[in-house]
Amino acid sequence: MLLDVKTVKDVKTPAASQPAPSGPGEDFDPERAERRRQAALTVVMPLLAVLVFGFIWEAYSKRAGVTLPGPVRTVTESWNYIAHPFFDNGANDKGLGWQLLYSLRRVGEGYALAAFFGVLLGILIGRVALAYKALDPIFQVLRTIPPLAWLPISLATFNQANPSAIFVIFITAIWPIIINTSVGVMRIPEDYQNVARVYQIGGLRYFFKILLPAAAPYIFTGLRISIGMAWLAIVAAEMLIGGVGIGFFIWDSWNSSRMADIVVSVIYVGLVGLLLDRIMAALAGLFGTRLD
Amino acid sequence: METQSLIERNEARFVHLENIHQMFGSGSSRYYALENVNLQIAKGEFVSLIGHSGCGKSTLLNIVAGLTAPSHGTVLVGEREVTRPGLDRAVVFQSHSLLPWLTVLENVRLAIDSKYPSKSRKERNEEAMRLVEMVHLTAHAHKKPGEISGGMKQRVGIARAFAADPDVLLLDEPFGALDALTRGSMQDELTQIWEKSRKTVIMITHDVDEAIFLSDRIMLMSNGPRARISEEVVVNIPRPRTREGMLENPAYAELRKKLVHTLISTGHARKAAA
Repeated sequence: MLLDVKTVKDVKTPAASQPAPSGPGEDFDPERAERRRQAALTVVMPLLAVLVFGFIWEAYSKRAGVTLPGPVRTVTESWNYIAHPFFDNGANDKGLGWQLLYSLRRVGEGYALAAFFGVLLGILIGRVALAYKALDPIFQVLRTIPPLAWLPISLATFNQANPSAIFVIFITAIWPIIINTSVGVMRIPEDYQNVARVYQIGGLRYFFKILLPAAAPYIFTGLRISIGMAWLAIVAAEMLIGGVGIGFFIWDSWNSSRMADIVVSVIYVGLVGLLLDRIMAALAGLFGTRLD
Repeated sequence: METQSLIERNEARFVHLENIHQMFGSGSSRYYALENVNLQIAKGEFVSLIGHSGCGKSTLLNIVAGLTAPSHGTVLVGEREVTRPGLDRAVVFQSHSLLPWLTVLENVRLAIDSKYPSKSRKERNEEAMRLVEMVHLTAHAHKKPGEISGGMKQRVGIARAFAADPDVLLLDEPFGALDALTRGSMQDELTQIWEKSRKTVIMITHDVDEAIFLSDRIMLMSNGPRARISEEVVVNIPRPRTREGMLENPAYAELRKKLVHTLISTGHARKAAA
């Protein structure tokens, strides 16, 4: 019923502009029917596109000399992995669910560190002009370095695979957080700063009541960009460091010529990346649009 | 006798502006905004500054608030020199400037928390609620600024200013962004609140009727650059005032004519200069 009320609101005087539709009964609402059609198309069209893509892929894989398995062969060959995501035979021989969770854990650790230090550094250079002058040029150089270029340095520093991978995630994810946070802090409206000055809102109260809420939309934009970059970097980093994780699983599959497993993994990587992005978008919506 | 007259003299110039000059920028882009502004306001007096937009009224108010440091001159409030903003000079901003992520009550409580840091949380909440009640927003206390009307937002701004229990209340075109009907009822409400507290008030406005209705004295400002206080008008309409009472008072028509005439002639002077 609630939906119906909203629909009526949206109607642009249909009676005046168009003749009443003939045919399907008295209470036929053209606006509502159109919305249903659009909703159906939103579901049907992507499925159709996937189907078409699947056919082309299948056809291509059937050609002579092509090693890439088609969709049908992919599913049959790696059915073991698809059907049992959480088996554990010890060492590296784990289901795809485990592989993804190990990767997510590394990303989670590196990303949490990046979020913490990124927001702190962003606030520092956003608030202190001298700190901005000193650090901004360094950040501008460091942020253009591709994630994997850090791996040898971090391996040399930590001497261990796992902390090195976490460091690569950290160093990849931190730049958008720093930059967006500092912009958010620098752009706190003068109105709010005057309120803080007149009504003597300083120290921690300024931090929690004014600075953080005012900069929140920018901070969450930075966090959302970063989570995508972190997920991009983890697969590459894991290919090099080995152990459990979806990145090394893909590399291991390549070395054992299990192409079907690679295809399944890659699709999973994409779906997890999408999920991470959507979670951050939802969080950004929650905290970012509190401003009017 | 000696001390009595000293107190009287201090009360007569509770707010004291001396030789205020204000310049912005430097070199060829330097702008001389205010030139030699002098103003004395007695304790409990309601004074309006009126002038064309861009004449430097808000700059003058910001100087009293301590938000802008004057290029030259001193401001004293109760014998103390103004060097920075403080709770003794609460501002009601033109753009309401409420924090959109806090509720009406929380916005008012910000000022209370600064004013009475040693009081208990419960006492501070009650005080905030009392001020929200004063501006008749009890039913909206837990709404965010985005959910209430422009007039209500300005009332929250007034409640926040009174929450600081300031020596001087600074109103920067508080009703400038409101429609005429809302503005009228806001003015009525402000006089009622003011009659109870008798705070010293400096109000910026460009509305002649608003200035007459609310003020004891009206200062006319000339147009910038080099704006100054060009004329002082005393409003001899007895208090408490009502809108009908004011309209029937013969002094009102005369004051209005004088103010409008002066404003129009300074407006012409500006056009001629431009």
